[in-house]
Amino acid sequence: MPSTSLHGASAGDRIYRFATTAFALSIPLLLVLLGVEVAVAAWPALKAFKFSFLTSSDWDAVNGVFGAAPAIYGTIVSSALALVIATPLAIGVAIFLSEFAPAWLRQPVAFFVDLLAAIPSVVYGLWGIFVLVPLLREHVMPFLADRLHLGNTPFFSGPAYGPSMLAAGLILAIMVLPYISSVTREVLMAVPRAQREAALALGATRWEMIRGAVLPYASSGIMGGVILGLGRALGETMAVTMVIGNRHEISASLFAPGYTMASLIANEFSEATNDMHLSALMGVGAVLLAITLVVNIIARWLVWRVQRQARA
Amino acid sequence: MNTRMSARMSTRMSTRAPRRSVRARRARSAVMITLTVVAALLATLPLIFILALLLTQGASSLNWAFFTAMPRPVGESGGGMANALAGTVMLITIASALGLPVGIGAGMYLAEHRGGRLASVVRFLSDVLNGLPSIVVGIFAWQFLVRPVHRFSALAGGIALAVMMIPLVTRTTEEMIRLVPDALREAALALGYPRWRTSLTVVLRTALPGIVTGALVAVARIAGETAPLLFTAFGNQFWSTSLTQPISALPLQIFSYAISPYDEWHALAWAGALVLLALVLVISLVAKFATRSRFGSAND
Repeated sequence: MPSTSLHGASAGDRIYRFATTAFALSIPLLLVLLGVEVAVAAWPALKAFKFSFLTSSDWDAVNGVFGAAPAIYGTIVSSALALVIATPLAIGVAIFLSEFAPAWLRQPVAFFVDLLAAIPSVVYGLWGIFVLVPLLREHVMPFLADRLHLGNTPFFSGPAYGPSMLAAGLILAIMVLPYISSVTREVLMAVPRAQREAALALGATRWEMIRGAVLPYASSGIMGGVILGLGRALGETMAVTMVIGNRHEISASLFAPGYTMASLIANEFSEATNDMHLSALMGVGAVLLAITLVVNIIARWLVWRVQRQARA
Repeated sequence: MNTRMSARMSTRMSTRAPRRSVRARRARSAVMITLTVVAALLATLPLIFILALLLTQGASSLNWAFFTAMPRPVGESGGGMANALAGTVMLITIASALGLPVGIGAGMYLAEHRGGRLASVVRFLSDVLNGLPSIVVGIFAWQFLVRPVHRFSALAGGIALAVMMIPLVTRTTEEMIRLVPDALREAALALGYPRWRTSLTVVLRTALPGIVTGALVAVARIAGETAPLLFTAFGNQFWSTSLTQPISALPLQIFSYAISPYDEWHALAWAGALVLLALVLVISLVAKFATRSRFGSAND
């Protein structure tokens, strides 16, 4: 190797190092560029409406007034609903797979649940429009309102159109379940055997072992998985756009149609006529970006903490 | 750490155990175990429902014309999605051409600078980028690439997909390179190979099957993405292979047909969804099994 000198890197090494460093740096640069572009585009709307952009429910493209409160509310409610439904199921699946499932069942069930994450969002949406929404309209909603007499409570009142917050929450629950359960499974597998054996040796039943020795050990990792799922749910676009009903109104009822930030952008962006409307939609994107950034950072931090514990 | 855990455990045991009979505790345990089985069943049900429906609905409207014919106007039956299929292939190609080198290069950097400060920042930010909503990536690409030139384009769509691909490829590349034994690298260096040749011809080559798997997983994920394409590739009813023109894609076409009021279009949307899912699953399965023999459980 004539080009290799003993004192310092050869030309090839310098080029190699420069190239990989440049590729590595492109990720932070990309994120900064993304943040700046979205923020700059959103600035006119954020400056014009200030806090009322977050708190007002007036979204009127004709008169140029924009308040994104219904979309922010819808994003939070649909994601919360999804987590309430998906979290117990996902943790149940993960416990089943890591503790109880016979070996021959483990792989196929894990594979099936992971497949849920592989289905494209637009396919979920298609299924939502033609299966889930009619099912809710004709069977589930009447059952909840009339049979269970929940129709008088504010949460299940109003006519059953079908496209609704409930539909969005349900479809999101199916979509985030594989994320929560795969993180939970990993975290449960990282719990040391001795922890389980100690509990069993003290006379605990299998459930008491899980409740007392495994779950507390894994809790912050599971929390990380749930928050990661929340990040997915907050930003999910296509499936939600197709089933939520797209209406600028805040309603306590889960039967009422609503909007999420992502579906609002997907729906109105290509039809936006004036600059302020575009800027307002960019503003919605900026708010969504900020919320998901915070949520993701919290989730990574939690998962990272557990991994560090496991290594130590 | 462990003392805290066992302390917590013992308080729980001592406060609970004496109050309940062994029988009640066993029964409770059995009930909870059953509930986890129920959870597993409930979690796999939607998948079975969706797959069954796609197969029945999609297969009945899937025919040869779907792959070869162009979309027809409303009212005319028949027609296919030839242009959308070609568009998806083209968008995936653009995204891979841009995203794979960046992702693999960044992954190599991360693997070679494990403890470095820049490496940990990049690793963290690539996870953050991975978690960003795809619609936000879409409006960013619109603002950055479409707005200045006043034209939707295949290139803008491909770049938006590349942005989604980069963090995935980066992390899998890093993990795969880390699996390469240090001895291999050291042996090459000891033989007088310069670092760059060691990295490229020894380390990267050894990790290649795993990196290919990672690339395929990333392709499978972006193949079904719709949101980043809405305002970049935009969709096109006609045949196009131009980089600077709007282009159709399978997910875009499924979306616009699904929300249309026409039955023929709904049938085509189901057929499209079946094809898209088949595409995604085939890529994922190839990724899962192609490299299993060499890397064993490392992929899990």
